[in-house]
Amino acid sequence: MAIDKNSTGYTFLFSIIMVVVVGTALAFTALSLKDRQDANAADKKMIDILGAIGVPANRSNASELFAEYVVERVAIDLNGQQVSATSEAVDPKDKEDPFSIDVKKDYRASVKSAVKAADGDEQALSVALADKNLKFPLFRCVNEGQTLYVIPVVGSGLWGPIWGYVALEDDMTTIYGANFDHKTETPGLGAEIKESFFTVKFKGKQLNTESATLFSVLKGGAPTDEYSVDGITGGTITSKGVDEMINRTLKVYLRYFESETRAQR
Amino acid sequence: MSTETAAATAKKESLFSKKNRKLLSDPLDDSNPITVQVLGICSALAITVQLQQAVIMSLSVLFVMIGGNVIISLLRNMIPDRIRIIVQLVVVASLVIIVDQVLKAFQPDISEKLSVFVGLIITNCIIMGRLEAFALGNKPGPSFMDAIGNAMGYAWILLAVSVVREVFGSGAISLPGMGQVKFLPTEWFMSEGGFYENNNLMILPPMALITVGIIIWIQRTRNTALIEEN
Repeated sequence: MAIDKNSTGYTFLFSIIMVVVVGTALAFTALSLKDRQDANAADKKMIDILGAIGVPANRSNASELFAEYVVERVAIDLNGQQVSATSEAVDPKDKEDPFSIDVKKDYRASVKSAVKAADGDEQALSVALADKNLKFPLFRCVNEGQTLYVIPVVGSGLWGPIWGYVALEDDMTTIYGANFDHKTETPGLGAEIKESFFTVKFKGKQLNTESATLFSVLKGGAPTDEYSVDGITGGTITSKGVDEMINRTLKVYLRYFESETRAQR
Repeated sequence: MSTETAAATAKKESLFSKKNRKLLSDPLDDSNPITVQVLGICSALAITVQLQQAVIMSLSVLFVMIGGNVIISLLRNMIPDRIRIIVQLVVVASLVIIVDQVLKAFQPDISEKLSVFVGLIITNCIIMGRLEAFALGNKPGPSFMDAIGNAMGYAWILLAVSVVREVFGSGAISLPGMGQVKFLPTEWFMSEGGFYENNNLMILPPMALITVGIIIWIQRTRNTALIEEN
Protein backbone atom coordinates (compact mmCIF):
# COMPACT_ATOMS: atom_id res chain seq x y z
CA MET A 1 0.00 0.00 0.00
CA ALA A 2 1.18 3.43 -0.84
CA ILE A 3 -0.18 4.95 2.37
CA ASP A 4 2.00 4.76 5.44
CA LYS A 5 -0.44 3.52 8.06
CA ASN A 6 1.71 4.86 10.88
CA SER A 7 1.82 8.43 9.63
CA THR A 8 0.11 11.05 11.77
CA GLY A 9 -2.21 12.05 8.95
CA TYR A 10 -3.43 8.50 8.42
CA THR A 11 -3.89 7.99 12.15
CA PHE A 12 -6.08 11.10 12.34
CA LEU A 13 -8.03 10.13 9.26
CA PHE A 14 -8.59 6.64 10.63
CA SER A 15 -9.79 7.97 14.00
CA ILE A 16 -12.17 10.43 12.38
CA ILE A 17 -13.71 7.82 10.11
CA MET A 18 -13.95 5.36 12.99
CA VAL A 19 -15.70 7.82 15.27
CA VAL A 20 -18.17 8.84 12.58
CA VAL A 21 -18.98 5.24 11.66
CA VAL A 22 -19.32 4.07 15.26
CA GLY A 23 -21.29 7.15 16.27
CA THR A 24 -23.74 6.67 13.41
CA ALA A 25 -24.15 2.97 14.15
CA LEU A 26 -24.82 3.54 17.84
CA ALA A 27 -27.12 6.50 17.27
CA PHE A 28 -29.07 4.42 14.79
CA THR A 29 -29.34 1.48 17.21
CA ALA A 30 -30.40 3.68 20.09
CA LEU A 31 -33.00 5.56 18.05
CA SER A 32 -34.49 2.48 16.45
CA LEU A 33 -34.84 0.70 19.79
CA LYS A 34 -35.95 3.70 21.84
CA ASP A 35 -39.69 3.30 21.37
CA ARG A 36 -39.53 -0.32 22.44
CA GLN A 37 -37.41 0.51 25.48
CA ASP A 38 -39.71 3.34 26.54
CA ALA A 39 -42.71 1.06 26.18
CA ASN A 40 -40.93 -1.55 28.30
CA ALA A 41 -40.15 1.02 30.96
CA ALA A 42 -43.77 2.22 31.02
CA ASP A 43 -45.01 -1.37 31.28
CA LYS A 44 -42.63 -2.02 34.15
CA LYS A 45 -43.91 1.05 35.97
CA MET A 46 -47.50 -0.10 35.55
CA ILE A 47 -46.62 -3.60 36.76
CA ASP A 48 -44.98 -2.12 39.88
CA ILE A 49 -47.91 0.19 40.62
CA LEU A 50 -50.39 -2.65 40.17
CA GLY A 51 -48.14 -4.85 42.33
CA ALA A 52 -48.41 -2.37 45.20
CA ILE A 53 -52.22 -2.76 45.23
CA GLY A 54 -51.89 -6.53 44.98
CA VAL A 55 -52.83 -6.96 41.34
CA PRO A 56 -50.41 -9.30 39.61
CA ALA A 57 -49.69 -8.12 36.07
CA ASN A 58 -47.27 -9.04 33.34
CA ARG A 59 -45.95 -7.22 30.32
CA SER A 60 -48.75 -8.34 28.04
CA ASN A 61 -51.69 -7.15 30.15
CA ALA A 62 -50.11 -4.29 32.14
CA SER A 63 -51.65 -1.33 30.30
CA GLU A 64 -55.07 -2.98 30.19
CA LEU A 65 -55.11 -3.69 33.94
CA PHE A 66 -53.65 -0.26 34.66
CA ALA A 67 -56.53 1.42 32.84
CA GLU A 68 -58.95 -0.77 34.77
CA TYR A 69 -57.64 -0.22 38.29
CA VAL A 70 -56.02 3.22 38.26
CA VAL A 71 -58.85 5.73 38.15
CA GLU A 72 -56.95 8.98 38.56
CA ARG A 73 -53.39 10.25 38.28
CA VAL A 74 -52.55 13.32 40.31
CA ALA A 75 -49.44 15.48 40.42
CA ILE A 76 -48.74 17.41 43.61
CA ASP A 77 -45.99 19.81 44.61
CA LEU A 78 -43.69 19.81 47.63
CA ASN A 79 -46.29 21.60 49.79
CA GLY A 80 -48.94 19.04 49.03
CA GLN A 81 -50.89 21.26 46.63
CA GLN A 82 -52.45 19.57 43.65
CA VAL A 83 -50.86 20.68 40.38
CA SER A 84 -52.75 18.59 37.89
CA ALA A 85 -54.94 15.54 37.65
CA THR A 86 -56.14 13.36 34.85
CA SER A 87 -58.20 10.24 34.34
CA GLU A 88 -57.57 9.86 30.64
CA ALA A 89 -55.68 6.98 29.05
CA VAL A 90 -51.96 6.95 29.80
CA ASP A 91 -49.78 8.49 27.14
CA PRO A 92 -46.14 7.83 28.08
CA LYS A 93 -45.06 10.48 25.58
CA ASP A 94 -47.10 13.24 27.22
CA LYS A 95 -44.71 15.06 29.56
CA GLU A 96 -47.61 16.71 31.43
CA ASP A 97 -49.12 13.39 32.39
CA PRO A 98 -48.42 12.65 36.08
CA PHE A 99 -47.51 9.14 34.91
CA SER A 100 -44.49 10.60 33.12
CA ILE A 101 -43.02 12.31 36.20
CA ASP A 102 -39.62 10.70 36.57
CA VAL A 103 -39.14 10.58 40.32
CA LYS A 104 -35.89 8.64 39.96
CA LYS A 105 -34.47 11.37 37.77
CA ASP A 106 -35.59 14.07 40.21
CA TYR A 107 -33.99 12.14 43.04
CA ARG A 108 -30.70 11.80 41.19
CA ALA A 109 -30.69 15.40 40.04
CA SER A 110 -31.56 17.29 43.20
CA VAL A 111 -33.13 15.37 46.07
CA LYS A 112 -30.22 13.02 46.79
CA SER A 113 -27.66 15.74 47.44
CA ALA A 114 -30.18 17.80 49.42
CA VAL A 115 -31.00 14.83 51.67
CA LYS A 116 -27.31 14.27 52.29
CA ALA A 117 -26.67 17.95 53.06
CA ALA A 118 -29.71 18.24 55.36
CA ASP A 119 -28.57 15.16 57.32
CA GLY A 120 -31.93 14.48 58.94
CA ASP A 121 -32.90 18.13 59.40
CA GLU A 122 -36.34 18.35 57.78
CA GLN A 123 -36.51 22.13 57.80
CA ALA A 124 -33.25 22.37 55.90
CA LEU A 125 -34.41 19.75 53.43
CA SER A 126 -37.65 21.48 52.53
CA VAL A 127 -35.81 24.79 52.17
CA ALA A 128 -33.25 23.18 49.87
CA LEU A 129 -35.95 21.57 47.73
CA ALA A 130 -38.35 24.53 47.70
CA ASP A 131 -37.09 26.10 44.47
CA LYS A 132 -36.55 22.82 42.59
CA ASN A 133 -40.12 22.78 41.28
CA LEU A 134 -40.48 19.10 42.11
CA LYS A 135 -43.65 17.25 41.24
CA PHE A 136 -44.86 14.12 42.97
CA PRO A 137 -47.17 11.69 41.21
CA LEU A 138 -50.02 9.97 43.02
CA PHE A 139 -52.10 7.15 41.61
CA ARG A 140 -55.64 6.75 42.89
CA CYS A 141 -56.78 3.19 42.33
CA VAL A 142 -59.91 1.23 43.03
CA ASN A 143 -59.51 -2.42 43.85
CA GLU A 144 -62.53 -4.46 44.95
CA GLY A 145 -64.46 -1.31 45.78
CA GLN A 146 -61.72 0.05 48.01
CA THR A 147 -59.93 3.32 47.16
CA LEU A 148 -56.16 2.99 47.35
CA TYR A 149 -53.40 5.54 46.85
CA VAL A 150 -50.13 4.41 45.30
CA ILE A 151 -47.08 6.54 46.01
CA PRO A 152 -43.70 6.07 44.34
CA VAL A 153 -40.69 6.34 46.65
CA VAL A 154 -37.01 6.66 45.69
CA GLY A 155 -33.93 6.56 47.89
CA SER A 156 -30.42 5.23 48.26
CA GLY A 157 -29.29 1.81 49.37
CA LEU A 158 -25.77 0.71 50.09
CA TRP A 159 -24.41 0.61 46.55
CA GLY A 160 -26.94 2.49 44.46
CA PRO A 161 -30.52 3.64 44.06
CA ILE A 162 -33.48 1.82 45.55
CA TRP A 163 -37.10 2.56 44.77
CA GLY A 164 -40.56 1.23 45.25
CA TYR A 165 -44.28 1.89 45.51
CA VAL A 166 -46.29 2.19 48.71
CA ALA A 167 -50.06 1.78 48.59
CA LEU A 168 -52.18 3.46 51.29
CA GLU A 169 -55.79 2.71 52.13
CA ASP A 170 -58.37 5.50 51.96
CA ASP A 171 -57.85 6.46 55.61
CA MET A 172 -54.42 7.52 54.28
CA THR A 173 -52.57 6.08 57.25
CA THR A 174 -52.89 2.32 56.77
CA ILE A 175 -50.40 0.69 54.44
CA TYR A 176 -52.19 -1.58 52.01
CA GLY A 177 -49.10 -2.95 50.33
CA ALA A 178 -45.61 -2.09 49.14
CA ASN A 179 -43.00 -3.27 46.74
CA PHE A 180 -39.36 -2.34 46.38
CA ASP A 181 -36.60 -2.79 43.90
CA HIS A 182 -32.95 -1.89 43.68
CA LYS A 183 -30.18 -1.55 41.15
CA THR A 184 -27.07 -3.02 42.73
CA GLU A 185 -27.73 -4.09 46.32
CA THR A 186 -25.87 -7.16 47.62
CA PRO A 187 -27.57 -10.40 46.55
CA GLY A 188 -28.87 -12.30 49.56
CA LEU A 189 -28.62 -9.24 51.81
CA GLY A 190 -29.81 -5.78 50.78
CA ALA A 191 -31.23 -7.18 47.54
CA GLU A 192 -33.83 -9.05 49.60
CA ILE A 193 -35.94 -5.87 49.90
CA LYS A 194 -37.62 -6.84 46.65
CA GLU A 195 -38.61 -10.26 47.97
CA SER A 196 -42.16 -10.87 49.11
CA PHE A 197 -41.17 -12.03 52.63
CA PHE A 198 -40.04 -8.46 53.28
CA THR A 199 -42.76 -6.52 51.47
CA VAL A 200 -45.58 -8.59 53.00
CA LYS A 201 -44.61 -7.24 56.44
CA PHE A 202 -45.76 -3.75 55.41
CA LYS A 203 -49.35 -4.82 54.83
CA GLY A 204 -51.71 -3.49 57.50
CA LYS A 205 -49.09 -1.32 59.24
CA GLN A 206 -49.94 2.24 60.25
CA LEU A 207 -48.30 5.58 59.63
CA ASN A 208 -47.71 7.38 62.91
CA THR A 209 -48.98 10.86 62.00
CA GLU A 210 -48.58 12.05 65.60
CA SER A 211 -44.85 11.47 65.65
CA ALA A 212 -41.93 12.96 63.70
CA THR A 213 -41.15 9.50 62.34
CA LEU A 214 -44.04 8.20 60.31
CA PHE A 215 -42.74 4.72 59.96
CA SER A 216 -39.59 2.79 60.83
CA VAL A 217 -37.68 -0.05 59.29
CA LEU A 218 -35.85 -1.43 62.31
CA LYS A 219 -32.53 -3.17 62.50
CA GLY A 220 -32.99 -6.83 61.68
CA GLY A 221 -34.45 -8.86 64.56
CA ALA A 222 -35.70 -5.93 66.70
CA PRO A 223 -39.25 -6.12 68.11
CA THR A 224 -41.76 -4.27 65.95
CA ASP A 225 -45.02 -2.45 66.64
CA GLU A 226 -47.79 -1.23 64.34
CA TYR A 227 -45.62 1.63 63.09
CA SER A 228 -42.56 -0.41 62.15
CA VAL A 229 -41.31 -3.48 60.34
CA ASP A 230 -38.29 -5.69 60.81
CA GLY A 231 -35.45 -4.78 58.43
CA ILE A 232 -33.17 -7.17 56.57
CA THR A 233 -30.52 -8.84 58.68
CA GLY A 234 -27.16 -8.06 57.12
CA GLY A 235 -28.78 -5.41 54.92
CA THR A 236 -28.83 -2.62 57.49
CA ILE A 237 -27.90 0.24 55.20
CA THR A 238 -30.39 -0.83 52.55
CA SER A 239 -33.08 -1.16 55.24
CA LYS A 240 -32.24 2.33 56.49
CA GLY A 241 -32.57 3.58 52.92
CA VAL A 242 -36.08 2.10 52.74
CA ASP A 243 -36.90 3.79 56.04
CA GLU A 244 -35.54 7.14 54.87
CA MET A 245 -37.31 7.16 51.50
CA ILE A 246 -40.67 6.19 52.98
CA ASN A 247 -40.55 8.87 55.66
CA ARG A 248 -39.28 11.64 53.40
CA THR A 249 -41.71 10.95 50.56
CA LEU A 250 -44.84 10.12 52.52
CA LYS A 251 -44.59 13.38 54.48
CA VAL A 252 -45.14 15.30 51.24
CA TYR A 253 -48.21 13.22 50.43
CA LEU A 254 -49.63 13.53 53.93
CA ARG A 255 -49.70 17.31 53.45
CA TYR A 256 -51.78 16.69 50.33
CA PHE A 257 -54.09 14.27 52.12
CA GLU A 258 -54.59 16.75 54.98
CA SER A 259 -55.59 19.57 52.64
CA GLU A 260 -57.88 17.18 50.78
CA THR A 261 -59.65 16.09 53.96
CA ARG A 262 -60.00 19.71 55.05
CA ALA A 263 -61.51 20.58 51.68
CA GLN A 264 -64.05 17.82 52.04
CA ARG A 265 -65.28 19.04 55.43
CA MET B 1 3.02 -16.52 17.20
CA SER B 2 5.19 -17.90 14.38
CA THR B 3 2.92 -20.89 13.79
CA GLU B 4 -0.10 -18.64 13.73
CA THR B 5 1.41 -16.40 11.09
CA ALA B 6 2.26 -19.49 9.09
CA ALA B 7 -1.36 -20.53 9.32
CA ALA B 8 -2.40 -17.15 8.03
CA THR B 9 -0.16 -17.45 4.99
CA ALA B 10 -1.18 -21.02 4.16
CA LYS B 11 -3.28 -21.01 0.99
CA LYS B 12 -6.81 -22.33 1.32
CA GLU B 13 -7.33 -23.73 4.75
CA SER B 14 -10.58 -25.26 5.88
CA LEU B 15 -12.30 -23.49 8.78
CA PHE B 16 -12.39 -26.84 10.53
CA SER B 17 -8.81 -27.91 9.87
CA LYS B 18 -6.90 -29.50 12.71
CA LYS B 19 -5.19 -26.24 13.60
CA ASN B 20 -8.46 -24.34 13.68
CA ARG B 21 -10.13 -26.99 15.76
CA LYS B 22 -7.30 -26.62 18.23
CA LEU B 23 -8.11 -22.88 18.42
CA LEU B 24 -11.56 -23.94 19.51
CA SER B 25 -10.59 -26.63 22.03
CA ASP B 26 -7.47 -25.18 23.64
CA PRO B 27 -9.21 -22.37 25.54
CA LEU B 28 -11.63 -24.88 27.02
CA ASP B 29 -8.84 -26.52 29.00
CA ASP B 30 -5.10 -26.03 28.38
CA SER B 31 -5.25 -22.27 27.92
CA ASN B 32 -8.55 -21.51 29.60
CA PRO B 33 -8.92 -17.74 29.90
CA ILE B 34 -10.11 -17.88 33.50
CA THR B 35 -8.36 -20.78 35.17
CA VAL B 36 -5.05 -20.69 33.29
CA GLN B 37 -4.61 -17.14 32.04
CA VAL B 38 -6.55 -15.70 35.01
CA LEU B 39 -8.36 -13.13 32.87
CA GLY B 40 -11.95 -11.99 33.27
CA ILE B 41 -11.96 -13.00 36.91
CA CYS B 42 -13.92 -9.92 38.02
CA SER B 43 -17.04 -10.76 36.05
CA ALA B 44 -16.73 -14.42 37.03
CA LEU B 45 -17.07 -13.27 40.63
CA ALA B 46 -19.87 -10.79 40.07
CA ILE B 47 -22.52 -12.59 38.06
CA THR B 48 -22.24 -16.21 39.17
CA VAL B 49 -24.81 -16.02 41.96
CA GLN B 50 -27.50 -17.38 39.65
CA LEU B 51 -27.22 -19.67 36.65
CA GLN B 52 -29.55 -17.63 34.44
CA GLN B 53 -27.42 -14.52 34.78
CA ALA B 54 -24.33 -16.56 33.93
CA VAL B 55 -26.05 -17.94 30.82
CA ILE B 56 -27.07 -14.52 29.49
CA MET B 57 -23.66 -13.09 30.39
CA SER B 58 -21.94 -15.92 28.53
CA LEU B 59 -24.09 -15.37 25.45
CA SER B 60 -23.39 -11.64 25.55
CA VAL B 61 -19.66 -12.24 25.87
CA LEU B 62 -19.84 -14.76 23.01
CA PHE B 63 -21.46 -12.14 20.78
CA VAL B 64 -19.04 -9.36 21.71
CA MET B 65 -16.07 -11.71 21.43
CA ILE B 66 -17.00 -12.95 17.95
CA GLY B 67 -17.93 -9.48 16.73
CA GLY B 68 -14.77 -7.91 18.13
CA ASN B 69 -12.41 -10.58 16.89
CA VAL B 70 -13.87 -10.64 13.37
CA ILE B 71 -14.06 -6.85 13.01
CA ILE B 72 -10.53 -6.29 14.31
CA SER B 73 -9.24 -9.13 12.14
CA LEU B 74 -10.87 -7.59 9.05
CA LEU B 75 -9.36 -4.20 9.90
CA ARG B 76 -5.99 -5.55 10.98
CA ASN B 77 -4.12 -4.18 7.96
CA MET B 78 -5.71 -0.76 8.26
CA ILE B 79 -5.43 -0.04 11.98
CA PRO B 80 -2.59 2.38 12.80
CA ASP B 81 -0.29 0.73 15.36
CA ARG B 82 -0.18 3.71 17.67
CA ILE B 83 -3.91 3.81 18.33
CA ARG B 84 -4.68 0.10 18.03
CA ILE B 85 -5.71 -0.28 21.68
CA ILE B 86 -8.12 2.65 21.38
CA VAL B 87 -9.56 1.17 18.19
CA GLN B 88 -10.08 -2.17 19.96
CA LEU B 89 -11.70 -0.42 22.88
CA VAL B 90 -14.07 1.52 20.62
CA VAL B 91 -15.08 -1.64 18.76
CA VAL B 92 -15.68 -3.59 21.98
CA ALA B 93 -17.52 -0.72 23.65
CA SER B 94 -19.83 -0.25 20.66
CA LEU B 95 -20.66 -3.95 20.53
CA VAL B 96 -21.38 -3.97 24.25
CA ILE B 97 -23.66 -0.94 23.97
CA ILE B 98 -25.52 -2.65 21.15
CA VAL B 99 -25.95 -5.81 23.27
CA ASP B 100 -27.17 -3.72 26.19
CA GLN B 101 -29.66 -1.76 24.08
CA VAL B 102 -30.99 -4.89 22.40
CA LEU B 103 -31.44 -6.65 25.73
CA LYS B 104 -33.26 -3.60 27.10
CA ALA B 105 -35.60 -3.58 24.13
CA PHE B 106 -36.28 -7.28 23.73
CA GLN B 107 -35.42 -8.93 27.06
CA PRO B 108 -36.25 -6.18 29.59
CA ASP B 109 -36.56 -8.57 32.53
CA ILE B 110 -33.18 -10.20 32.01
CA SER B 111 -31.58 -6.87 31.23
CA GLU B 112 -32.83 -5.62 34.59
CA LYS B 113 -31.27 -8.57 36.38
CA LEU B 114 -27.89 -8.16 34.73
CA SER B 115 -28.00 -4.40 35.32
CA VAL B 116 -24.49 -2.97 35.14
CA PHE B 117 -22.70 -6.19 34.37
CA VAL B 118 -23.47 -6.08 30.65
CA GLY B 119 -21.70 -2.73 30.50
CA LEU B 120 -18.79 -4.23 32.36
CA ILE B 121 -18.13 -6.66 29.49
CA ILE B 122 -16.11 -3.74 28.09
CA THR B 123 -13.61 -4.19 30.89
CA ASN B 124 -13.42 -7.96 30.44
CA CYS B 125 -9.71 -8.60 29.89
CA ILE B 126 -10.35 -11.75 27.84
CA ILE B 127 -11.88 -9.75 25.01
CA MET B 128 -9.17 -7.10 24.77
CA GLY B 129 -6.56 -9.81 25.30
CA ARG B 130 -7.76 -11.91 22.37
CA LEU B 131 -8.11 -8.88 20.10
CA GLU B 132 -4.56 -7.81 20.83
CA ALA B 133 -2.96 -11.26 20.87
CA PHE B 134 -4.86 -13.01 18.12
CA ALA B 135 -7.22 -11.00 15.92
CA LEU B 136 -4.61 -8.35 15.07
CA GLY B 137 -2.37 -11.01 13.48
CA ASN B 138 -4.80 -13.49 11.98
CA LYS B 139 -7.41 -13.84 9.28
CA PRO B 140 -11.11 -13.53 10.12
CA GLY B 141 -11.73 -17.30 9.88
CA PRO B 142 -9.28 -18.40 12.57
CA SER B 143 -10.18 -15.29 14.61
CA PHE B 144 -13.80 -16.37 14.54
CA MET B 145 -12.83 -19.83 15.83
CA ASP B 146 -10.55 -18.33 18.45
CA ALA B 147 -13.41 -16.09 19.64
CA ILE B 148 -15.80 -19.02 19.99
CA GLY B 149 -13.17 -21.08 21.79
CA ASN B 150 -12.32 -18.39 24.30
CA ALA B 151 -15.89 -17.34 24.91
CA MET B 152 -16.82 -20.97 25.55
CA GLY B 153 -13.79 -21.42 27.81
CA TYR B 154 -15.05 -18.42 29.77
CA ALA B 155 -18.64 -19.63 29.67
CA TRP B 156 -18.15 -23.12 31.05
CA ILE B 157 -16.26 -21.86 34.09
CA LEU B 158 -18.97 -19.27 34.67
CA LEU B 159 -21.72 -21.87 34.37
CA ALA B 160 -19.91 -24.34 36.63
CA VAL B 161 -19.27 -21.74 39.32
CA SER B 162 -22.83 -20.41 39.16
CA VAL B 163 -24.35 -23.88 39.46
CA VAL B 164 -22.28 -24.58 42.59
CA ARG B 165 -23.08 -21.19 44.09
CA GLU B 166 -26.77 -21.26 43.33
CA VAL B 167 -27.32 -24.83 44.51
CA PHE B 168 -25.54 -24.34 47.82
CA GLY B 169 -26.34 -20.65 48.29
CA SER B 170 -30.02 -20.56 47.34
CA GLY B 171 -30.99 -24.23 47.15
CA ALA B 172 -32.24 -23.56 43.64
CA ILE B 173 -31.42 -23.56 39.95
CA SER B 174 -32.54 -20.90 37.51
CA LEU B 175 -32.59 -20.86 33.74
CA PRO B 176 -33.58 -17.94 31.49
CA GLY B 177 -37.27 -18.05 30.80
CA MET B 178 -37.96 -20.52 33.62
CA GLY B 179 -37.22 -18.44 36.66
CA GLN B 180 -35.72 -19.87 39.80
CA VAL B 181 -36.67 -23.44 40.67
CA LYS B 182 -36.24 -24.31 44.33
CA PHE B 183 -35.79 -28.05 44.41
CA LEU B 184 -35.40 -28.64 48.14
CA PRO B 185 -38.61 -29.27 50.11
CA THR B 186 -39.40 -26.26 52.29
CA GLU B 187 -39.79 -28.37 55.43
CA TRP B 188 -36.11 -29.28 55.23
CA PHE B 189 -35.13 -25.72 56.10
CA MET B 190 -34.27 -24.79 59.65
CA SER B 191 -36.72 -21.88 59.59
CA GLU B 192 -39.43 -24.50 59.02
CA GLY B 193 -38.08 -26.84 61.67
CA GLY B 194 -35.88 -28.91 59.36
CA PHE B 195 -32.14 -29.59 59.39
CA TYR B 196 -30.94 -27.69 56.35
CA GLU B 197 -29.84 -24.09 55.89
CA ASN B 198 -28.58 -22.38 52.75
CA ASN B 199 -24.96 -21.34 52.92
CA ASN B 200 -25.04 -17.55 52.74
CA LEU B 201 -21.29 -17.43 52.21
CA MET B 202 -21.88 -18.98 48.78
CA ILE B 203 -23.78 -15.88 47.70
CA LEU B 204 -20.95 -13.53 48.60
CA PRO B 205 -18.16 -12.81 46.09
CA PRO B 206 -15.31 -14.50 48.05
CA MET B 207 -16.92 -17.89 47.52
CA ALA B 208 -16.78 -17.41 43.75
CA LEU B 209 -13.04 -16.96 44.04
CA ILE B 210 -12.75 -20.08 46.18
CA THR B 211 -14.90 -22.08 43.74
CA VAL B 212 -12.74 -20.92 40.83
CA GLY B 213 -9.73 -21.92 42.94
CA ILE B 214 -11.13 -25.41 43.41
CA ILE B 215 -11.70 -25.75 39.66
CA ILE B 216 -8.08 -24.67 39.08
CA TRP B 217 -6.95 -27.23 41.65
CA ILE B 218 -8.88 -30.07 39.97
CA GLN B 219 -7.69 -28.97 36.54
CA ARG B 220 -4.02 -28.94 37.54
CA THR B 221 -4.27 -32.25 39.31
CA ARG B 222 -5.55 -33.77 36.07
CA ASN B 223 -3.21 -31.86 33.80
CA THR B 224 0.17 -31.59 35.54
CA ALA B 225 1.69 -29.75 32.57
CA LEU B 226 -0.10 -26.63 33.80
CA ILE B 227 1.74 -26.52 37.11
CA GLU B 228 4.35 -23.78 37.17
CA GLU B 229 7.86 -24.64 38.32
CA ASN B 230 9.49 -22.56 40.95
